[in-house]
This record gives sequence, structure tokens and C-alpha cells, in this order.
Amino acid sequence: MSTTTDRPTPRAAARTAVPAARPAKVRGRGESGPLAKTLMHGALILASLVALFPVAWILYVSLGPDKTDYLHPGEILDKITFSNYRTVLFDTDFMSWFGNAFLVSGVTTVFGVMIAASTGYAVSRMRFPGHKPLMWSLLVTQMFPIAVLIVPMYTILSRLGLLDSYLGLILVYSTTTVPYCGWLLKGYFDTIPVEIDEAGRVDGLSPFGTFWRLVLPLARPGLAVAAFYSFLTAWAEVAFASTFMLSSDKYTLAVGLQTFVSEHDAQWNLMAATAVLIAIPSSVLFYLVQRHLVTGLTAGASKS
Amino acid sequence: MSVAVQGATGQGSRQRDPRPGLMERLKRSYAKHWYAYAMIAPVVLVLGVLVLYPLAEGLWLTLTDANSLNAARKIGVNEIPASYHFVGLDNYADILWGPGSYDRFWSHFVWTISWTALCVGLHYTIGLGLALLLNQKLRGRAVYRMLLILPWAVPTFVTVFSWRLMLADGGAVNGLLSALHLPEPGWLDDPLAQKAAAVLVNTWVGVPFMMISLLGGLQSIPAELYEAAEMDGATAWQRFRHVTLPGLRTVSSTVVLLGVIWTFNQFAVIFLLFGANGAPDAQLLVTWAYRLGFGQQPRDYAQSAAYGVILLSILIVFTGFYRRWLARNERANG
Repeated sequence: MSTTTDRPTPRAAARTAVPAARPAKVRGRGESGPLAKTLMHGALILASLVALFPVAWILYVSLGPDKTDYLHPGEILDKITFSNYRTVLFDTDFMSWFGNAFLVSGVTTVFGVMIAASTGYAVSRMRFPGHKPLMWSLLVTQMFPIAVLIVPMYTILSRLGLLDSYLGLILVYSTTTVPYCGWLLKGYFDTIPVEIDEAGRVDGLSPFGTFWRLVLPLARPGLAVAAFYSFLTAWAEVAFASTFMLSSDKYTLAVGLQTFVSEHDAQWNLMAATAVLIAIPSSVLFYLVQRHLVTGLTAGASKS
Repeated sequence: MSVAVQGATGQGSRQRDPRPGLMERLKRSYAKHWYAYAMIAPVVLVLGVLVLYPLAEGLWLTLTDANSLNAARKIGVNEIPASYHFVGLDNYADILWGPGSYDRFWSHFVWTISWTALCVGLHYTIGLGLALLLNQKLRGRAVYRMLLILPWAVPTFVTVFSWRLMLADGGAVNGLLSALHLPEPGWLDDPLAQKAAAVLVNTWVGVPFMMISLLGGLQSIPAELYEAAEMDGATAWQRFRHVTLPGLRTVSSTVVLLGVIWTFNQFAVIFLLFGANGAPDAQLLVTWAYRLGFGQQPRDYAQSAAYGVILLSILIVFTGFYRRWLARNERANG
């Protein structure tokens, strides 16, 4: 190999498109030539712009004071103001919607992830009768066109006296988050060596003790992703919340937001400001978990 | 271990009285697996009460002529009992080959299938492309990754709302197109443009999940495989074809299945982009079913539920074939 280091290999030369006369240093695997690099950066920058633009756009529109400003975006620059935010924060029920949504999503996240984790663990480690059907039903549950379940769900919630209550909404959200989280966490638990459980048993821990003290702490990336997914699902949900929450003091954000358009005029500027305010907590949470995202998701996805 | 288990049972930390008349075999299985059952009990309970039971009730509804005029309801203090009748499979027959079934069902069916294929195809290819780029040793790839995940980090109804403002007549998208002297379709009014807009927005929303999952898959492929392939003189394309793609197989099969299910049932994008009553042509089966059940007077609960059952059956059949196809591929490729 040492004899070849001073001249570029033919393939490397072909890839770099740099004159072969220049003695190219040997590149490690996964490194590419300057042209290829520029192209890659170009593609990534373009994609990032496309990903960023709609989010930046709504931020920008939310600074325009009039409800038709989104049609003449150029004019917003001259009259940038935070008046929309002031109106939303102080002249509407935003804070109470925010509190409701936060309560519902927070409890859904904690409750949903806990029961999903215990199910995922049971399915990952224990072979019990009904193991296969359970995995299947978790998958099939995700196939439900959930919009269609609203009518029967409504009847059942009203029979249980859970209509127009936080608990009812939390339970309904759990049915949408738990199946996926259970799958995800099952996959993550599968990657944790069984020997750890066995060591726990030898030291006299009960199955629950093993799960709680040994496995859960190791599964933190998976749990973080599951929590993020649950929170986001509950935080931004519209259909259930608008059907099941009847009194205006229990509205969550997604329902409250609609009150801006239900009038004869649509107050797009206020909606934009509200939308931005709504996006803040979930984005913060997102960037807290994002370093776990790749490992947490894939462990769940790579085991089918 | 058995000591610990029995001890715990003795304490009755979970109150689960064995029902009388339980067979001995079941009892033994229960004694052996009770902790597994205890751990899955909450999920089974919640899903059973809030999904399976509604599903059973929904199935029953599809066999009746229930709508909001004859279902049980409350007007003031008066309780009006339900007065709908059993009609057998009439709802299904009406949906599938009744008069006007093409406009009501088959056109939406065709659109839903093409929508799913198109969106999942775009999600997967774009997601894979970006994942491959992010897997390179590039400066600033952490920043790129953060930016590219943004569509996922921000709640859907916020981003879809932003798209709605951008796609409106005179909005940002058409502003850009007119600056480039390109035609400006009425994204939210013209039937064909509506479909294009829906696919565009859904692609934008769905790519990050695919990208991150596939990126994780790429990172789990051992580097030695690439080195070995390079030693054997494989070109970049051959390495992609024979190392990367097979290495991604397990991840891909799962995310594609999830992608198909989620896209097929995609409710939020269509509903939020076109509002409760707009764009009849761009409605997927799921939003159409919702519209039958909630968006019209009288609300047709029975037909809406029948659509739901048809949707569910399509997905279950698809999943069955998909898994069989995967298993066959697995065997064929070793």
C-alpha cells in the first residue's frame, strides 16, 4: 500500500475531476472530492431552505398587523409589529387554551409512554400466550381510520361520563399514541441484551424491578423519542379535541385556534401569531430529544 | 426466580381474582405468565374499551341505516331512543355498486391509491437521498440535519396552515412562480392543482421521518462491508445497490409499511389544507368518510362507518400481502 500512496488511484482521480497532475492526498472512505462536496452542500442547502421556508414564512406573516397582509408580503417589512402577539396573549383565552393543551399533552405523554413501555417490555422479553395477536393488534390499531371511530367513541365517552373532561381526551389520545410507541419501544428493548435482565433476576429483582431499575434507564433514547412522538401527537390534534371538548374553558390550542376563522372574517394574522406560539414548546422539546432521535427511531424500525 | 414471582403473587400486588370456572390449563398459564399479563393489562384495557369496543359498535352501525335523525340523541331534557333498523349489507352494496358509486366511492378509491403510492414513493426516495447525503462526512451536517427535521418538529396544523397561506391566490408560491414567468395555478381551487398541492404538502411533511429512520439504518451498516466492496473494485453504484440497499432492508420494510398506513389514512393534511367543505375531488377515502359522518346534514353514520370498515379491510389485505412478499424476498435473498 505504501507504494501507492504518492499517486492517486485511478478511481479516485476519476471521481475528483481535479487534474491528476496535482498529487492528491489519499482520502479516507466517505470523503469525496471538492466538486462532489459542493454538489452535496448545494443539495442540502436547497433541501434545508425548502424545509425551513414555510416555517419562516408563517413567522414573518405573523408580524404583519392586517389580516390580508399575507397577500402582500412585501408590505409587511415596513410595518413590522408584535401587535398580533399582544392581542393573542392578552385579549384572547390563549393562556387558558395553552394550559389545557399542556396539561392534556403532558399527561398523555407520561401515561402513554409508561403503559407503552411496560407493554413493549412484556412483548420483547416474555413469551406468553397472546403475544403474537397483541403485536398484530398494535399494528392494526394504527390502520384505523380514526376519524370514523369518533361517533362510537363519543357514545362511549358520554356513557362513561368522560365527555368534556381532560381524562377522556387523554385516554383517547393514548389510543392513538400507544400502539406506535409500543412498537417503537419493543424494538428498542430488543436491542438491550437479555443478560442484563438475567443479572437483575439473579440479584433478586422481580420482573417489574428489572424493568423499572435496569431496563428503563438504558432505554432512555427510545423513551425520549416515544415521549416526543406522544407529545406532538396530542399537542397538535384537532379532530378529537373539537368533537369531545364542549365547553370553551376546556378548549385546547387546536380548537381555540379555529375560533379565529369561525367568525365572518378570518383573522389570518392572529392565527399566524397563535400558530407560532403553539410551535414554540414542541420545537423546544424536539431539540431536547433530537440527539436521541436517530438511535431511538431506528432501533424501533429495524426490528420488525 | 420462581420464588420472587410466587412471593409477589402472594402479596397480591395486582388484584386479579381468577374467574371461577377457569380451566386448569389456563390457570397454570396464568400463574406462569401473570406478570406479562399485568404489564400489558393497561394497554389492553385502554385499547379494548376505546378502540375495539367502538370498532364493534361501528361494525354494527354499518349494518343499519343509522344517521343523525334516527340515532339516540338528547333534545333539551328529552331522551329520544334510537330508531334505526337493521339493513344487512345494503350499505356496502350501495357504496360499492349502488347508483353513482363511481363518483362517491371509486373515484376517491383511485385517488387514494395513487396518492398513497405517489406520496410514499416521494417520501422514500427523497428521504433516502437526504439520508445518504447526511451520512457523508460533511462539514455542518448537524446543522443540516436540524433544519431538515424542522417540518416534523413543528406541529402539522401550524405548517399546513402556513402552506395554505403560501398557496393561496396571490400567496408566496404564486408570487415566486409569476416572478419566474411560470403559470400560476389556483392551488386551492382547481381540482388538478388541488391534488398536486396536497401531494406537495404531504411530501414536505412526511420526508423527515423517512430521512431520520433511513439515516439510522445507514449508520447501522458496518463500515467493513463497504471496505470489502471497495477492495473488490465495486463502483459507487454497485456499493449502493449491493451493500446499502440490502443493509436497509429491515428498516425500509418497516418504514414503508408505516408510511403506507399513515399516508393512506392521512387526515390532517387534506382536512386542514382545504377546510371542512372544500375540494371534493381531492378528498381521500378517510376524509370523505369523515365528511359523510360529520360534514353534512343529516349525518350519515352508517355509511361513514362502512367506509371505515372498507378502509380497514383494504389495509389489512395489503399488510397481509406485503408481509408475505417480504417473507418470500427474505427467503429468495437468503
